[in-house]
Amino acid sequence: MKPPATAPSAADPWAGLRAHTPARIGLARSGSAVATKALLAFRADHARARDAVGDELDTEALAGALASLGARFGAPLDQVLTVASAAPDRATYLRRPDLGRRLDAAAAAHLAAHRASYDLVVVIADGLSARAVQAAPALLAGLLPRLGGWRLAPFVVARQARVALGDAVAAALGAGAVAVLIGERPGLTVPVSLGAYVTWLPRIGSTDAERNCLSNIHATGTPPAAAAQRLAALLGLMRQRGLSGVGLKEEGDLIAESKIRSDGIVGSDFLL
Amino acid sequence: MSARAATLAGTRYVFDDLATLLARATPPRSGDVLAGLAARSAQERVAAQMALADTPLAAFLDEPVIPYETDEVTRLILDTHDRAAFAPVAAMTVGELREFLLADGTDAPVLAALAPGLTPEMVAATVKLMRLSELMAVAARCRVVTRFRTTVGLPRRLAVRLQPNHPTDDPRGIAASVLDGLLLGAGDATIGINPASDSPARTAELLHLLDDIRQRLAIPTQSCVLAHVTTTLGLMNQGVPVDLVFQSIAGTEAANAAFGISLATLAEAADAAAALARGTIGDNAMYFETGQGSALSAGAHHGVDQQTLEARAYAVARRFRPLLVNTVVGFIGPEYLASGKEIIRAGLEDHCCGKLLGVPMGCDVCYTNHADADQDDMDALLTLLAAAGVNFVMGVPGADDVMLGYQSTSFHDALAVRELLGLRPAPEFEAWLEGQGILDAARRVRPPEPARLPPPLRRLLA
Repeated sequence: MKPPATAPSAADPWAGLRAHTPARIGLARSGSAVATKALLAFRADHARARDAVGDELDTEALAGALASLGARFGAPLDQVLTVASAAPDRATYLRRPDLGRRLDAAAAAHLAAHRASYDLVVVIADGLSARAVQAAPALLAGLLPRLGGWRLAPFVVARQARVALGDAVAAALGAGAVAVLIGERPGLTVPVSLGAYVTWLPRIGSTDAERNCLSNIHATGTPPAAAAQRLAALLGLMRQRGLSGVGLKEEGDLIAESKIRSDGIVGSDFLL
Repeated sequence: MSARAATLAGTRYVFDDLATLLARATPPRSGDVLAGLAARSAQERVAAQMALADTPLAAFLDEPVIPYETDEVTRLILDTHDRAAFAPVAAMTVGELREFLLADGTDAPVLAALAPGLTPEMVAATVKLMRLSELMAVAARCRVVTRFRTTVGLPRRLAVRLQPNHPTDDPRGIAASVLDGLLLGAGDATIGINPASDSPARTAELLHLLDDIRQRLAIPTQSCVLAHVTTTLGLMNQGVPVDLVFQSIAGTEAANAAFGISLATLAEAADAAAALARGTIGDNAMYFETGQGSALSAGAHHGVDQQTLEARAYAVARRFRPLLVNTVVGFIGPEYLASGKEIIRAGLEDHCCGKLLGVPMGCDVCYTNHADADQDDMDALLTLLAAAGVNFVMGVPGADDVMLGYQSTSFHDALAVRELLGLRPAPEFEAWLEGQGILDAARRVRPPEPARLPPPLRRLLA
């Protein structure tokens, strides 16, 4: 026997609204519980996200893609330095954030050989989603043409890395700023989201309050090309002001405009 | 600093100072192991609990776990300690306070009067001795009621923060999630967005969006965009509609500095919010979030265990009379709370500590995908917290936060636990839900049949 459904009927009133968000809105329900299909879809997505945490970064493929991209912009971007944190494996990485923030001994020596005076080093790190990092070359293809005035260090690919590993990389190379592109914790709907963290004058022990972050870089969030534009603007502002973190905010000339934009939405048929 | 000791099964365990004793007595969790502070054996942990039970409460006033001279949170705790309120328990040990809290006759008025006399360290110590059922029983006796446009924390009520996050802050997508939540009875604690971007312009846009929705639908609730407090402060000065001022806070000066704040920053923001006076039935205008492990994550834990530091964050919170304090218990990740078991215990500890200190505690019952936890664990913690009288929980569409990438409780989860335990929304919001036809005569949420809704809501689904 079919249970009495409290679900929206054939003409799903949520269909139009779903176009605006990947969130699980308008779920069919029975009593306070969601329908069986929604329950199992959630479980499947959780299973996928759990598996994504364990994925290892294919550093060779990534380094190859970065080197061919960098070659178009000349030395030293045709070089890719691959390093690892002090966390020897995935299981240790998850439990020991302190190790994920430190370079292993080989990495420190490897980077020291390339030490020079750079304005910026870009670190591409696996973080919690090795697959998300596949979007990094596309982002960099949009970013590099906007960084004409910067002396860039070779790309650094980092395994079992936390954001703060970028501070150690910058210190070892002699870079005045660092941008870390890192796989964010895999979500249920988006297991492949990239985050970009920028830090001015990074040093070992830089705090999160000294960084600016651009998160949710993925096809259904901020796509790589748009992220490149925003990241370039953020880097430019950081350099101009000589700081990063909570003291660095995009300036407020858009605030008056924002009111108009929200009126456009609430005032339209969309909501009322 | 004086050493404390206990003998268990013929072995004498010595603990050099109070911070060490507190850490060794803490039920197991990964963050204390990471910090190198956890007991090295199960027996050492129990020996520490025995020594802690015999420790006089007054010792926590004489031996700060972080020095008065170097930490403004310690100064706040000791400078605002109310000796008169402390008097009834001043001669007790930690073990005796546990028994006092559980005794017949220790009721809400007694606990409310006691709260200003308790320090976070006393409360944290006591909680370390307690089982889950005791954490629930004691918390359920406390009553912390706060008001802005709704009343949160009344007996037999459970409020929900409607959390309509979107990966690019798209106002239409956020509005769609707000609608989903409203039609499922959520939003009485606040409608609160975590913005994906921390730009002031985007934050202002979202604040206008929420304020417009609230006013046009005449919803008795308060909105919040969870931007950094300095961003919100700047927007308040420009006349952007700010109801609740948000900030993440922690239990040490250095951890707060890593968040980019100090007590002075918070005081400035609280003063600015008070000056706006946007609350209609009350003036609790701050919203704080906390979580065990934040100080360690910032390298700012000073050798103190994460549960004690979490309780110290509540001392920061209570100074500013917040509407809502939310322990985002499983968000930080498995380095600090490894499993469903650790998350469940931490959530109940935080709730109990907060309530004992007079803080309006809610909990983001949640986990990340790299933790050993799942939705069954969340059902357990949500139900235990609701039974313990938690002021509010989160409502996220389908429990899946598509911006922050973690799982919390859904609108449906909140409905289910309200129904299971006979809990109701905040009264002002409940009246609105009834007026809109969202609740039926038995106070159950109706299916969203557009024909039954009043015109403004009907048009949303047309």
